[in-house]
Amino acid sequence: MFLQLVANGLVTGSVIAIGAVGVSIIYAILRLVNFAYGDFMAFGALAAYAFNGPLKLNLVVSAALAMIATAALSLAVDAVLWRPLRRRRAGFMSLFLASIGLALVLRQSLLLAYGPQPQTYRVDPYKVYMLGSVRLSQAQAITILTAAIVIVALGFFLARTTLGRTMRALADDPILAAVAGIDVGRTIAFTWILSGLLAAIAGILAGLAQTTFDPNFGFTLLLPIFAAVVLGGIGSAYGALAGGLTLGVAMELSTWTPFFGGVDPVYKPVVAFVVLAAALMVRPQGLFGRARVV
Amino acid sequence: MSALASGEFWAFVGVVAGIYTILALGIQLQFGFTGLLNFGQVAFMAIGAYTMAILVVKEGWSWWWAMPAAIAAAMLAAVVVGLPSLRLRADYFAITTLAFAEIVRYLADNERDLTEGSQGLLGYNGDWFKLSLRLGNWLDGHGVHVTSFLFPLLLVSWGVLLVLTLLIALIVRTPWGRVLRAIREDEDAARALGKNTLAYKLQSLALAAALAAIAGFVLALNLTLLVPDEFDPVFTIFGFVIVILGGLGSYVGVILGSVILMTVLEGTRYVELPLSADKVAAIRFIIVGLVLILLMAFRPQGILGSKQEMLLGE
Repeated sequence: MFLQLVANGLVTGSVIAIGAVGVSIIYAILRLVNFAYGDFMAFGALAAYAFNGPLKLNLVVSAALAMIATAALSLAVDAVLWRPLRRRRAGFMSLFLASIGLALVLRQSLLLAYGPQPQTYRVDPYKVYMLGSVRLSQAQAITILTAAIVIVALGFFLARTTLGRTMRALADDPILAAVAGIDVGRTIAFTWILSGLLAAIAGILAGLAQTTFDPNFGFTLLLPIFAAVVLGGIGSAYGALAGGLTLGVAMELSTWTPFFGGVDPVYKPVVAFVVLAAALMVRPQGLFGRARVV
Repeated sequence: MSALASGEFWAFVGVVAGIYTILALGIQLQFGFTGLLNFGQVAFMAIGAYTMAILVVKEGWSWWWAMPAAIAAAMLAAVVVGLPSLRLRADYFAITTLAFAEIVRYLADNERDLTEGSQGLLGYNGDWFKLSLRLGNWLDGHGVHVTSFLFPLLLVSWGVLLVLTLLIALIVRTPWGRVLRAIREDEDAARALGKNTLAYKLQSLALAAALAAIAGFVLALNLTLLVPDEFDPVFTIFGFVIVILGGLGSYVGVILGSVILMTVLEGTRYVELPLSADKVAAIRFIIVGLVLILLMAFRPQGILGSKQEMLLGE
């Protein structure tokens, strides 16, 4: 039972972790807390559904097309909204509130397009994989495998590639980075593309793991993602990964009966926030955040 | 379109605008004057409304005593939440308060013994009905013939709202209010002058929570059935839209912003479109979102706000 809960926690946690990295890299470079991120995830999940369900394409092809669509949307929103706001030197609060406006527009547009009914991908719901005493459904197995690949690839990308290093340099000190000859505009564009790709992956995996999803599901995912970003330390990509996995496992393990009789599963999201609150009491800057920016 | 000309429609818009004005007044105090980005304001409205209703329905309290107790509960909750979270940076604070609001909504949804969950809590408004009837008769006796049963609630909520607005406007003129503004502009400077900024921020949060609780009472009386869905985080966002629409630091602006937003939101219910009800609802939220985006892009200080008063966190 314990191992099963850890496995479930890793499924939940990897989805949160991927989303959290997407939120974190944008914050690190643009100082923007993107409240619309959950709705970008829902956009990705529903775009993949449109290709996979009605158009009957293969799930991998659908996911790839949805990722391209979400990245394109992410770039387009930067062009029409964020770039003009940056040029006006909008403050943190203006940006945050504008992202809330964007979240409303995006979510309700998805509701207009898809309606409120739950959707589901075409996967075999009865296929089960056994790993020792742990049972994984096909959707869970796909999620955990994809997430592992994405997390390793992300770590490699940020640490070893030129673009990843450029992004981290820009996050560290934008002025110094610009002086050192980094093309700031180009790096910002790539950050939005990466953030959009991650949103689509996280959205599709969340849709798979939950089996059903609707246009509203992005917002319910957003709060644990924010909690993971804060837990890891805002702006730290590695922190976001660690925060997401920690919260996912903590949420599932809290229902384990030997642990104070287990928490009612409906309170799983609450557990995430209690963990967050407890962590912030000890380290106000988050697990990986630096004290000087607090 | 005839609905737009009816007294019933405007009485309804008036009551809803009254609820949101009181809620947004608290946001104005926290955000416009203290610079706190509290995204959990709706939670204090929920705590106020539910404490009042639970005390009346489950504990048999008089409505008149339940209300001050509920205000005290909301203020206490604000202190409990504020003590750890106010030490955090603005962005962490916003997320923590938002999380708090979701926790409160989860509790209201799932602690059915207390709140009846999504079934709804009934029967807390008996004392109000008596008062409302007496008020209606009194008006009738003075030659005012009221057609809408909402009219007494409209009258009471706007009376309360005007008194509260005046009170808050007076409070921010005191030295206490000046310290709040100093914190908004430069907290380190205020601290260097020997002000205990955490205490001031806590007081601002608690006062705003009391306002939210009062807004919760009016909301509960307008609903007759209390359900957790009425305390969705989106309503805090409505409050922020109202404050920014009307103008940061402007009290008349809060009233103006609230009336404008609610007229648009409720008015669109009556525009006849060849669409289903949920699609019209989606379009209404899209309008709110667009208003917020356009305001941030073109007039971040709002209609009546001045740019000197608020530079939006820069």
